[in-house]
Amino acid sequence: MYDFAYHKPGSIADAVKILTDDPEARPISGGQTLLPALKHRLAHPTALVDLSGIAELRGIQRDGDRLVIGAMTKHYEIQTSDVVKTAIPALAKMAGNLGDTQVRNRGTMGGSLSNNDPAADYPAAAMALNATFRTDRRSIPADEFFQGMFATALEPGELLVAIEFPIPTKAGYAKMRNPASRYVMAGVFVAKLADGSVRVAVNGAGPGVFRQEEMEAALAKSWSADAIAGIRQDPDGLNGDIHGSAEYRAHLVGVMAKRALAEAG
Amino acid sequence: MNVVTPFEGIGASVRRKEDLRFLSGRGRYTADIDRPGQAHAYILRSPHPHAAIRGIDATAARAMPGVAAVFTGADMAAGKVGGLPCGWGVKNKDGSPMAEPPHPVLAVDRVRHVGDPVAVVVAATRAQARDAAEAIVVDYAPLPAVATIEEALRPGAPAVHDEVAGNLCFDWHLGDKAVTDAAFAKADRVVTFELVNNRLIPNAMEPRAAIGDYDPSADEHTLYTTSQNPHVIRLLMGAFVLGIPESRLRVVAPDVGGGFGSKIYHYAEEAIVTWAAARLERPVKWVADRTESFVSDAHGRDHVTRAELALDGEGNFLGLRVATRANMGAYLSTFAPSIPTYLYGTLLAGVYRTPAIYVEVKAVFTHTVPVDAYRGAGRPEATYLLERLVDVAAAETGIDRIALRRRNLVSQFPHQTPVALEYDSGNHAATLEAALRAADWDGFESRRAEAKARGKLRGIGVSTYLEACGLAPSHLAGQLGARAGLYEVGTIRFHPTGSVTVLTGSHSHGQGHETTFAQLVADRFGLPVSQVEVVHGDTGKIPFGMGTYGSRSLAVGGNAMAMAMDKIVAKGRRIAAHLLEAAVEDVEFEGGKFRVAGTDREKTIGEIAMAAYVPHNYPLAEIEPGLEETAFYDPKNFTYPGGCHVCEVEIDPETGHVQVVNFTAADDFGRVINPMVVEGQVHGGVAQGVGQALLEACVYDADGQLLTGSIMDYNLPRAEDLPSLSLSHHDTPCLTNPLGVKGCGEAGAIGSPPAVINAVVDALRERGVRHVEMPATPARIWGIIHGGGPKGAPAIAAA
Repeated sequence: MYDFAYHKPGSIADAVKILTDDPEARPISGGQTLLPALKHRLAHPTALVDLSGIAELRGIQRDGDRLVIGAMTKHYEIQTSDVVKTAIPALAKMAGNLGDTQVRNRGTMGGSLSNNDPAADYPAAAMALNATFRTDRRSIPADEFFQGMFATALEPGELLVAIEFPIPTKAGYAKMRNPASRYVMAGVFVAKLADGSVRVAVNGAGPGVFRQEEMEAALAKSWSADAIAGIRQDPDGLNGDIHGSAEYRAHLVGVMAKRALAEAG
Repeated sequence: MNVVTPFEGIGASVRRKEDLRFLSGRGRYTADIDRPGQAHAYILRSPHPHAAIRGIDATAARAMPGVAAVFTGADMAAGKVGGLPCGWGVKNKDGSPMAEPPHPVLAVDRVRHVGDPVAVVVAATRAQARDAAEAIVVDYAPLPAVATIEEALRPGAPAVHDEVAGNLCFDWHLGDKAVTDAAFAKADRVVTFELVNNRLIPNAMEPRAAIGDYDPSADEHTLYTTSQNPHVIRLLMGAFVLGIPESRLRVVAPDVGGGFGSKIYHYAEEAIVTWAAARLERPVKWVADRTESFVSDAHGRDHVTRAELALDGEGNFLGLRVATRANMGAYLSTFAPSIPTYLYGTLLAGVYRTPAIYVEVKAVFTHTVPVDAYRGAGRPEATYLLERLVDVAAAETGIDRIALRRRNLVSQFPHQTPVALEYDSGNHAATLEAALRAADWDGFESRRAEAKARGKLRGIGVSTYLEACGLAPSHLAGQLGARAGLYEVGTIRFHPTGSVTVLTGSHSHGQGHETTFAQLVADRFGLPVSQVEVVHGDTGKIPFGMGTYGSRSLAVGGNAMAMAMDKIVAKGRRIAAHLLEAAVEDVEFEGGKFRVAGTDREKTIGEIAMAAYVPHNYPLAEIEPGLEETAFYDPKNFTYPGGCHVCEVEIDPETGHVQVVNFTAADDFGRVINPMVVEGQVHGGVAQGVGQALLEACVYDADGQLLTGSIMDYNLPRAEDLPSLSLSHHDTPCLTNPLGVKGCGEAGAIGSPPAVINAVVDALRERGVRHVEMPATPARIWGIIHGGGPKGAPAIAAA
């Protein structure tokens, strides 16, 4: 770890000011990705802006047909929230199945989404549920937020404040873990939204979360495993490494889609 | 006086005395120790698998804040620091010695693996040392590298050491080739099989650490280190590397958080901190981080083997021929040459009567981290080969795999194998039948059918095993190339008020010695376990010792204590005879009491201890005061634990994921002191064996870069990967040591990999699968199920 300054602002405005004034400063939420990177000297920020003192960033609320989760809400809070379990049980289940106990008690939804690790869980949920990302200055739809591996639409100094999830009529998620890291090797989140539209998001398998439009079209016509049974994910552009080839991951997308559908009911 | 409770002696599952300390964070590990005024060392390591060092410029680094010194290989050489020695010499087939190239503490003109130490920075803080290390400019000229056995043996391959032709360390053999060839000539059937034993990275929970401390007034060096054998380190480092006599070098191995073999060896960092501390007259501390451990702790396994089994028409094994190539890495680690030879070739009879065996082993240098013993050390490799081969033979001859094993089991003892070992005891039929019964082998087909209805492929596998533990009779080890004795030392020190301190040359780094050894002593003297303290891991306190590895602590160290206890009893009888005014031969000792035979006149051991230290009424003309005895125990033979493992797996054919759903072990460990501690050892061993079979693989790319350099890519077993284990033991006492004990530390890791893979192959048998290489990862299984393996598949995913 290299030396850095440490700030703990009490408001979004103060945090944004520090981040804007110093482009080399980095916000830190749960720190479950950034701290290991610092320890390995893979990141060298001038300052860390600890967001844990900002009350406006926390909390889970149901707002009509939407579920609003503050960016600094921890995985464990999402996993155990009755509000989440009632509104989008697949999201609560996802939160309970990511990382380990320590990660779930430190890591936050906003931190994970802002980091946009291709092998993280939440991007699939946010993409499939057509979430809206509320920042300190604007709202960004999911289709625009995720911009490939570790890249998002957030501008330098822009802070994610809350994530708004439209409450779906059906939603389910299934993933295959990477055997070593236990991050996502291939995951699929399927959702039927209140307006009847269907969205299918794939994480882990590619360089970033993406929508499987062929499956979306098939499921929009018929919400059934049979409808997607013949659809083969194209391995072109998917990840291949010592843990599995792109072909294997493409195959898993089909398997996980089927299982996610079974979860969704 | 205290009387032993019936639940604390031999055979009682006494709770581990050390656990309160460990579980409440009061353990004292090397990294917990801070010496006054200490500085911190950071080791700069090679990022290249192979490169010439054209120059090292540390000018900027030396000027950085807090920096006390920067040392390079040239500085160490100028300071008369020797290279790291190898503790075991192996001979080639023609009797010539193995190639033994130098292993400098810091690389001098060439680096030979990623992680090879190049320079050390000593600074006031660890961060300052690391900052300065980043400012060292090393002028590397990268050279072509070889990472695998195949590449290293290819004609014209880059040389790891210029003086070692063809990268061949040795070409060794064991057994009678002519007799074995003759056995094959008359065989009805020959089964041929090739397999890989995957390379592993140990990953003890505690990374290695070392602190050098020098007292100029006494000219005395102290090394605190994460070691399984502090006396061995003192001998190797003192005599061969730094030239410090034992009398002025103290090595302390305090609490150590797991070793599994990886903390046996003498590592460069131990010499570096000891030398730097003396040079700077300031304590120097080094603590590895996990990333560093991956490229600096010795790795394990890494064999490629071709084997042939000759059978007659009824399935009797007639002969076994084995040709193995073993990866040594870039340098010879302390005991590396012994692992694929005397700890491997000698085990190829296993529990079978195979009358003729011939094994040849080529050991090969590559541009990878040195390879040495890892839990089991050669014996898992032998057992995996043998038990896979027996399953393949069963499939190809059509003989039931259990029947084939039953037919060939050794049942008469002693049994002389054709590969040098004489088994003293065992009941392999009993452990086989016990495991099959406990695993409900006969009821498996209904479980397979039930799984099939759920879309899962279920398989069952069996493995027998036998290991040679309790290393070792020194005269035999010496003949085989060991450059040290392999006895053990125990001291029993009674204190005046009757409590006991036990000094042992064994070292506990998770094994529970503080409890097991205390039970052994408490049982003999009728004391509560709480009255017996076990001290280990300090050459300043312990007379001598060879340490803990090869499941030897109880089998060798425990027997040293037993001999010392015999001496205590013998002296105690003489003291008691005096106090009781009886003849020595009339005094009996039992349950901690000396009694005149046939009378109620008695003295407790505590009263004897008091008399020995307060000798007012004492036969001073005949016996010295005090009650402390030391014994060196040199074993007569190896011990031969054995048993049978049965594994049941379910494969998800859609993902290729293998789940172990049942695991049964029936073991023979000889006499068991603490069954709970033994079960814990089996649990850990099985977890590591399942790890090797399903999860773990060290992968280098073709250029010699380590692809599995962290636990993000190196797959360690988690709780969810294991079922509850069904364990039992069926013990036959060892006949060659006083306690009748055999050892249990490695058995789980030895017996389990073939049981797991035999189960995986059984699950896939209907698809025509003959073999699945380890680790049986989801991608690998999927590739097999879906034919041909995935396109462009890299190492651990390939079918």
